[in-house]
Amino acid sequence: MTAPILRLSDVSRTFGTGDGAVHAVRSVSFDVAAGECLAIVGESGSGKSTLANMILGIYPPTTGEIALEGTVLPARRALAHRQAIQLVQQNPLSSLNPKRSIGATLRLALDVHGIGAPADRAAIVGALLEEVGLAAEYARRAPAALSGGQRQRVAIARALACQSRVVVLDEPTSALDVLVQARVLRLLDALRAERGLTYIFITHDLSVVRNIADRIAVFEKGRMIEIGDTETIFSAPSQTYTRRLISAVPVITGDELALRDKLAAHTKEDAP
Amino acid sequence: MSAPMLDIRDLHLSFKGHTGLTEVLHGISLHIQPGERVALVGESGSGKSVTARIVLGLLQDLPSARITGQVLFDGRDLELMSSRARHALRGTAMSMIFQDPTSSLNPVFRIADQFHDVLRRADPSVAKAAAHDRAAAILAEVSIRDAQRVLNAYPFQLSGGMNQRVMIAMALANEPALLIADEPGTALDVTVQAQTLQLMRRLVEDHHTAVLFISHNLGVVREFADRLYVIYKGRMVEQGPTDAVFADPRHPYTRALMAAVPHLTGGGIPEIAEASPDFAAPLVDHEAEAPS
Ligand SMILES: Nc1ncnc2c1ncn2[C@@H]1O[C@H](COP(=O)(O)OP(=O)(O)O)[C@@H](O)[C@H]1O
Ligand SMILES: Nc1ncnc2c1ncn2[C@@H]1O[C@H](COP(=O)(O)OP(=O)(O)O)[C@@H](O)[C@H]1O
Ligand SMILES: [Mg+2]
Ligand SMILES: [Mg+2]
Repeated sequence: MTAPILRLSDVSRTFGTGDGAVHAVRSVSFDVAAGECLAIVGESGSGKSTLANMILGIYPPTTGEIALEGTVLPARRALAHRQAIQLVQQNPLSSLNPKRSIGATLRLALDVHGIGAPADRAAIVGALLEEVGLAAEYARRAPAALSGGQRQRVAIARALACQSRVVVLDEPTSALDVLVQARVLRLLDALRAERGLTYIFITHDLSVVRNIADRIAVFEKGRMIEIGDTETIFSAPSQTYTRRLISAVPVITGDELALRDKLAAHTKEDAP
Repeated sequence: MSAPMLDIRDLHLSFKGHTGLTEVLHGISLHIQPGERVALVGESGSGKSVTARIVLGLLQDLPSARITGQVLFDGRDLELMSSRARHALRGTAMSMIFQDPTSSLNPVFRIADQFHDVLRRADPSVAKAAAHDRAAAILAEVSIRDAQRVLNAYPFQLSGGMNQRVMIAMALANEPALLIADEPGTALDVTVQAQTLQLMRRLVEDHHTAVLFISHNLGVVREFADRLYVIYKGRMVEQGPTDAVFADPRHPYTRALMAAVPHLTGGGIPEIAEASPDFAAPLVDHEAEAPS
């Protein structure tokens, strides 16, 4: 097996000290293979965003190490490290400068990371927009003039502009309508294959995870209680908590109901 | 068939802005029988919340809103009522549950005081002690065992799921004939959402409350509603019993919506075409076509 692109070794994060300390993430270790989509699932407050922030270098772990392609990342990251790992968040409006046109936002990412010859950058912006399914004329628009799905495409284009290899997606489609969600998920799937991207896909939506992730890590109260390939987590989850999460998902087909009922029945057997 | 609890007929709504009138509801009709649970499903901006706000009488007094058509609540035409009379209905004969429980409760009052206010809307003379007892009883109905602690708490001291149960209890405290739930629990974890929906369903069944249940989530709708309407850009496109619509969605928009839902059993992310002109096709009414 090739070396993992990302390795977390015994990573913890505590906020505050003494009695009031919050152990947001506790001793988490896992490897992510290049080109893989690893989903992080768990209820709110389980530590998903804290984990994402540490991977992105927004703040360092309290203890433990994060390594990118075998190199342990320092608390203060070099530009190249920041370039390699990019974020797409639930509400891209908060990360897009409202005064900057879409084209200027993408151009800035190219300038900061020195991507392409300066004379070529306008053309690269056009190509990036096309790659995420937006017409070139969107370059002139302001973020406010875009729909939620279009903004999410711009956020994805910015991650591509940086030529990042790892993309952390924090609830990327949770605020989108179901038709728009399906289109954005397909785009993400296609880009991963074409560009060989690695995804850390954070979501509470297990139906989405089932259809997009290779592996799933389940978080409960800061602990990773289970990790495995998607097929196994759904057909034979080892933890009661995981079964509870899956059996609470609202579903629409008879097959889904059967799956849920099967898992719910196991959960009852587990009960003391 | 008994008279409907809510009967909306050919409802149009426009907003006046600096570029003139913009119509957002293009003549929708919807009815709910007493005790019936009816869902209104559609994407964001399709007109779900404005419909709810008209039924609650909240848009009628907005100067920029132009409303035509009929809204009959228990046989009475809301448009013909004074704004005071409409106001008197809210929180008594009809009530509402919003998306985010914690921010729809008043943060500066204890739950007990908020219950007292709610109960006073129906009975202005209700004493504090009596309100307290009534609140404890209805909290028990939403499976809150330590009602005293909850009543003495402020909303921020309770979890989101607990606040949601409190909201449900408050909304049903005056035994309304109609409950409007606009995306209830969307802000909660799925496990909590599933529990509170079950509680709400049991409660409205026990109290024979009619419900207008607004949601963009087809799975939630399937589990909660007897009958559903699909709305697309201010037009009803399909209506029928929940099982019939899920078994045989006939309108192109409903079909696209259902095809786009990712399944817990896998199958991949479907390819979804751009909005099609077919989405503007006329209403498919499962009941009009079925022999009765
Ligand atoms: N900056 C912070 N300061 C204090 N506590 C925090 C901070 N960020 C997160 N937490 C706490 O850490 C826990 C995990 O939060 P988070 O990682 O945001 O969870 P999730 O994204 O799974 O909802 C929660 O209890 C949260 O309140
Ligand atoms: N007060 C208002 N003034 C102008 N337009 C409004 C107002 N409230 C809602 N709208 C518009 O009406 C349409 C329907 O909105 P709404 O009912 O909130 O949609 P949803 O189905 O997401 O609940 C949207 O296009 C919205 O922008
Ligand atoms: Mg989070
Ligand atoms: Mg709404």
